[in-house]
Amino acid sequence: MSAAPVPGAASAAPADDVARSVGTKSWTPYALLSPGMLWLAIFFLVPTVMLLRMSLSSGSAFAGDGTFSFSWGALQWGNYGDAVSKYVIDSPIFQKSLIYALIATVLCLTIAYPLAYTIAFKAGRWRNLLLVLVIAPFFTSFLLRTTAWSTILSDSSIVVQFMENTGMLTVLHAINTPDSWPTWTQIFPDGLTGETRVLQTPLAVILGITYNFLPFMTLPLFASLERIDVRLIEAATDLYSSAFTAFRKVTFPLSLPGVVAGTLLTFIPAAGDPVNAALLGAANDSLMGNAIDAQFKATGNYPLAASLSVMLMVVIVTMVALYVRRAGTEELV
Amino acid sequence: MSEQTTSTAAPDTTTGGGADLHIVDVTKRFGSFKAVDDLTLTIPSGSFFALLGPSGCGKTTTLRMVAGLEEPSAGRIVIGTEDVTHKKPYKRPVNTVFQSYALFPHLDIFENVAFGLRRSGSKDVRNEVEAMLELVELSTYARRKPTQLSGGQQQRVAVARALINKPEVLLLDEPLGALDLKLRRQMQIELKRIQTDVGITFVHVTHDQEEAMTMADTIAVMNAGQIEQMGAPMELYENPVTTFVANFLGQSNLIKGELTGRAGGDATLQVQGQRMAMPTARVHSDRDEVWVGVRPEKMQISRAGTPVEGENSMTGVVTDASYIGVSTQYLVNLPWGQEVSIFAQNLSTEGPLSAGEDVVLHWNPAHTFALDATQDADAGAEKVEGDE
Repeated sequence: MSAAPVPGAASAAPADDVARSVGTKSWTPYALLSPGMLWLAIFFLVPTVMLLRMSLSSGSAFAGDGTFSFSWGALQWGNYGDAVSKYVIDSPIFQKSLIYALIATVLCLTIAYPLAYTIAFKAGRWRNLLLVLVIAPFFTSFLLRTTAWSTILSDSSIVVQFMENTGMLTVLHAINTPDSWPTWTQIFPDGLTGETRVLQTPLAVILGITYNFLPFMTLPLFASLERIDVRLIEAATDLYSSAFTAFRKVTFPLSLPGVVAGTLLTFIPAAGDPVNAALLGAANDSLMGNAIDAQFKATGNYPLAASLSVMLMVVIVTMVALYVRRAGTEELV
Repeated sequence: MSEQTTSTAAPDTTTGGGADLHIVDVTKRFGSFKAVDDLTLTIPSGSFFALLGPSGCGKTTTLRMVAGLEEPSAGRIVIGTEDVTHKKPYKRPVNTVFQSYALFPHLDIFENVAFGLRRSGSKDVRNEVEAMLELVELSTYARRKPTQLSGGQQQRVAVARALINKPEVLLLDEPLGALDLKLRRQMQIELKRIQTDVGITFVHVTHDQEEAMTMADTIAVMNAGQIEQMGAPMELYENPVTTFVANFLGQSNLIKGELTGRAGGDATLQVQGQRMAMPTARVHSDRDEVWVGVRPEKMQISRAGTPVEGENSMTGVVTDASYIGVSTQYLVNLPWGQEVSIFAQNLSTEGPLSAGEDVVLHWNPAHTFALDATQDADAGAEKVEGDE
């Protein structure tokens, strides 16, 4: 560098300036954070503590005097024991919720990736229109759209007729968990679909979830694909990559943040969703969302419902943490 | 470079590799716009060739057609003896150093450089990459990510990533555009050194005339999809054939004049009633109406009344004198109202002439050039910094 005769004197003043300007404005970030923090404290932190407390309480809303008692001396861990024995071992509702959500997430990714890719790279002037179409379903109610699927998948519908005539239903029906397997593995005891029907079978629920969460997968994928500099893809082809290799080695790795965000936004809510199972599934085929719902509203067993919720939360957070760690998004720019 | 164990894996420096690049009658249209207009060009193997021109002149499009990133609307592109006009980019013996580098952000420097080798199935990726990183002096940065490197370092990675594949032709698209002036100078020398080392044909696209002149042994000046003039830097500068080249490459004073004779080696001119002489070889006009051109540093400026023998001369009045250390830049108003500029070395001990002084401008007739007067005298004068 050019002459720096008095480094001490020269650098002292600016450093001082910086320190002062940071010092006087140090409350600004906290002020900006406070509304969000307050919101989280009231509507997330407090309810979570209440939920944890309830999951270790005893009592019932519909029995006795309808109150719950919590004491540090008598924590009701039995609630968790009940939750596991009823919803994991006796009937595999817990596992089923996760597996349905997982299948739906994979389906979403399979459908949304080409869609987002097309919108980001190939749509040209149709791009904005296509994006609006992706979001368009949000203009109608979630319940209404899900109910519409019961028409699409009804026994006499073209879709189901087609699936039956082409033999797809026979194949899907054959995918089941064998009777000889223990109860806790019985996730599709009667096959993925019925022999002649789709509605009120596992596939209907999975398709409903897939449909409802598709935009949550598409939008983050689009956002990260759109940010990719096309010159990087050109550089890859210049360096002897075929179109497919360029995709595998450059485009896909660079879209990973979108893949991670999309799968999380799909999987997490899907695992606890009660609506699709209630509207499209069989009456006896409930998921965690429905089970929690029933324990709260029908049985009044708040402690059991709370412990189910906590259990689901802990498992999802653990899975997500492992997944994010493995996907290694922090290495991406 | 060290010549020990790594030398076997180092780029082949002995054969003077590379192949001739022929661009034959190539046209590229985007809709109704002709980006490149019937371009024919041969770039001999092993040369450092610059395509120089302003934004939108078609130089980058030409480069992209050679790389295979655009397909010509008409014409052929031949590398060596192989017609590559319709080949996919990954099947051409060509690599590109992209503008702003286009380094893969998710890969480290080693993997960026290894990218092409891994695709072409090289056996000895590790040694080759290490040797290449040594050539560009980045061995210690192998495991960093591109964003952790400075602009100049990223630029060298981009060069290494392309060069390691030993292409027949290396294409450089404004490779130094993103660097600051000082670093750009340094990288110009560096690139020239690398080119001499590896002996591959370099085709360098730039809008910076100084960059082109420093590095290239042949420059083609492009304008509106066509080549205005092609030749060695000195030839282009000293003897431009169009007003565009005269203005785009440095500055020129262009004064309206008339050719009165071009017998033998010497031509005579009539400029505003003044007789002048010049070599016939420097007349680039079939018509007698010409722009008489002289570079500002070729003109000498003296106080009025100074005798000038055997030189072209004219009188004027200094309107502005800017002393800039190594030289003084004068603006001189000529009797017919035109203003010319003169760059004078500060050789006198009395200091520069001042505004308002009557002066005589004179220059060696051999420094005169004459261009067809139907051309726009300001063509190429507007030099806008920026990209295409």
